[in-house]
Parts: sequence; structure tokens; C-alpha cells
Amino acid sequence: MINWLPRYLFNFVAFVLIQVLLLNNLQLSSFMNPYLYILFIITLPFSTPRWLLMIFGFITGLVIDIFMNTLGIHASATVFISFLRPFILSSFSPRDGYQTGTLPVPADYGFGWFFKYSLIMVTTHHLFLFYVEAFNREDFFSILWKSIVSTIASMIFIIIAMLFAKNKSGVN
Amino acid sequence: MRNFFRFIIRYHFLLLFLLLEVISFSLIFNFNHYHRSVYLSSCNKISGYLYEHYSSIIQYFQLKKINEELALENSELRNRLEKITHSLPVITRFTIDTIGNQHYRYIPARVINNSVNKHFNYLTLNKGTADGIKPDMGVISPRGLVGVVLNASNHYATVISLLNARLHISARIRESGFFGSLNWEGVNYRYAKLSGIPAHAAPSVGDAVVTSGYSAIFPEDILIGTIDQISIDPGESFYDIKVLLSVDFKQLQYVHVVEKVGVEEQRELENLIEND
Repeated sequence: MINWLPRYLFNFVAFVLIQVLLLNNLQLSSFMNPYLYILFIITLPFSTPRWLLMIFGFITGLVIDIFMNTLGIHASATVFISFLRPFILSSFSPRDGYQTGTLPVPADYGFGWFFKYSLIMVTTHHLFLFYVEAFNREDFFSILWKSIVSTIASMIFIIIAMLFAKNKSGVN
Repeated sequence: MRNFFRFIIRYHFLLLFLLLEVISFSLIFNFNHYHRSVYLSSCNKISGYLYEHYSSIIQYFQLKKINEELALENSELRNRLEKITHSLPVITRFTIDTIGNQHYRYIPARVINNSVNKHFNYLTLNKGTADGIKPDMGVISPRGLVGVVLNASNHYATVISLLNARLHISARIRESGFFGSLNWEGVNYRYAKLSGIPAHAAPSVGDAVVTSGYSAIFPEDILIGTIDQISIDPGESFYDIKVLLSVDFKQLQYVHVVEKVGVEEQRELENLIEND
């Protein structure tokens, strides 16, 4: 567990910087807000304890909130997906379970598996996030549309990011 | 007691989840309270520093445009000065009245962070309390109204952008003098909605919408935008007016923070009414 700490610390800083400096400035339309930073939670090792997962989720969301002046909104959404992550992972697990020492990345479990898993995570996160953010101010369908468009955008960025990732995860 | 601990250990996962969500939601709902805290917003030291350095790099690419805008504003101010000096009576008054001199003070600042596509948009400026910026001061650009200072640390300030569904601005139609409330609806960053204009006001497309000057934040007659579309539902007594904003928030670089001199006096007086 100590082994992967520096690597994930680096990931954390990198994802936050990319999100805050690049993606938040990418003003394509008011319906498209890609959020890449949740890739940090998506790719945490299988062996991460559930409580630590949620603490990480909370911290990640809070840091993004501080940069975006939306205190609590991102934190609540990331805590929510960190809570769901073990259930989502167990419902997608291969027949003989996840191997110890592997990571939830395409290099270890294939691209199709990763795509399905991250799509569920991203969709859940975006739906939760946009409904909490709007909170009754916009109508139901425009938020739904916003979530769908943003999910597609986020997935594109996540796939691009994974292409840049190290091919072998290994145990370092 | 042992059962209680067993319960906690057994459901620690769920309990932690609920605890963190409660914290998050209390942060959201106590927005106004916590948002005033300097450390949990983008005007804290670390994020302000990061945004400032990043924007100073990005800015090089827009220098030409910024220069043009400055030249335009300069010549306009020169024209106005010319008009004033000619119309001024020759005799100067000999009164010792400091209030009569200057009603508003302007502090220049640079926008170091900005967004237009969120529901609640904010700006971050590179000036803070050390330069005299305080919460609740107005922010304008050469093209028109930008927002209101929310929070200021030593060297940075966060601003509620006009493109923030939480901000309501008291606005007036310049031609007819009727005033209402201007609010952004969260969809298109070029348009805002003006409500509260009565049915007998007869506004027309192209009329300028300016600040009313009733609040202690903005001077009078600061341009907000022009009327783009007017509609009224049958039986309603107020118009729905779509206003094309004069400021292009995507291009925003330099702004002025407006301080009303003697604002404490006005606030004190107005608080007396609220207390009744």
C-alpha cells in the first residue's frame, strides 16, 4: 500500500491541475463541462479500504470545490461515487475475482471492462453533481441533457488520459 | 454499550458515507456563511498564486486585443473630459466639502480566473485587501458591469460574476427610466433576464439597460446591455425582457473595482430602516 502512494499523489496533483487550469477553461458550451479529475477515484487500487476511498473522494472533491468556488457540490458527488465504487466493481468482477496487485485500469482488465466500469462511475457522478448544482432552478430534462453531454465529453478525456498511462500497472 | 460499538464497526462504511455527505451538504446549504471564509475559496494563497501565474502566461496571446480596448477607452474618456471642461462654469466654489469632490474611487485589477459555463460563475482578481478591495464593492469593465466582490484575502479577491444565478442587479432602462431586477438564468452567457418592468412602460428593442444607482455598490448609468427581445404573457402585468449583455465574459481581462466614497454613511442610514 505504501508502494503506490507517491504515484497516486502525483496523479492527484496532475488531475487537479489539468481540471482546474485546462478543462475548466474549455468553454465549449454551457452544457458541456468535462470532469476528468474523478479518474483519480476510478483508478485507485482494488485493495484500498472502503473508508479510505471515501476520505480520498471527499478530499478530491473539496480541493476542486475550493478552486471553483462551489463549496460542497463536488465533494458530495465524489463521496457518492466512492461509496458506490466497491458495489460497481463487484458487479463487474471477472469469474475468479480481481487478482491481488492489479489495478482497475485497461492494461489489467481490458479496454471493454474499463469502459463499462468508468462509464457507470462517470454517469453517476455527473447526474448527482448536476442535479445538486442546479437544485430545482433548471428543469429536469435540461439537466439530464447536460449530464449526458458532459458524460460523453468526460469519457473522451478519460480514454485519452488512459492512452497516456503506463501500459503495465504491475506492483511497481 | 458493546452492542453500540459493534453496530458502529459493522456499519462504519455506511456511517462514514452519511457523515461525509452531511458535511458536504451542510457546506452547500451554508454557502453564504462558509463562502465568506477566505481559505475555502479561490482567493486563498495557493489557488490565487496558481491562477495568477497561469493567467499571466495565457495573457500574452491577447495583448493586442487588450491594447485596442484600452486605446478605445482612453479616447472615450478624453472626449468626456473635453465636454466637461467646456461646460464647466468659470467660477469655482470655495467650499470645504470633501464629499463633493469624488463619489467613486476606481481600483484597476486583472482577472486571473474566470468561467462562463457553470451555473454559478465566479471570477478571481489579482488585487485584495492590501489594495483596498473589500467585499460588496462593484466590479466593472470598460464595456460594462461585471459583478460584485464576494470575498477578499490579502492579495486576491473573488467576484460573483453577473453570470451567476445568485446575483440580482437593480437595473434601469435608460430611455424610459423604468427600473427592475436583472438576473442571469444559467443558460446562455450572452443573455440575462430583466424582470419587474411594468406593462405600461413600453420598452423597445435596442434600448440600453444601465445600473439604477439605487444600491450602494454601483455608480449610476453603468451599461449592462441592450434589450434584445420583449415578451409579455397575457394577463401579466410585467414584461419578460431578454437583455444582450454588453460585456463578453469570455474575453474579460482587465476590470475596475468601484468603491463608493462615504458608503458607510448610506449603509448606516439604510440599516436604520431595516431594523424597524
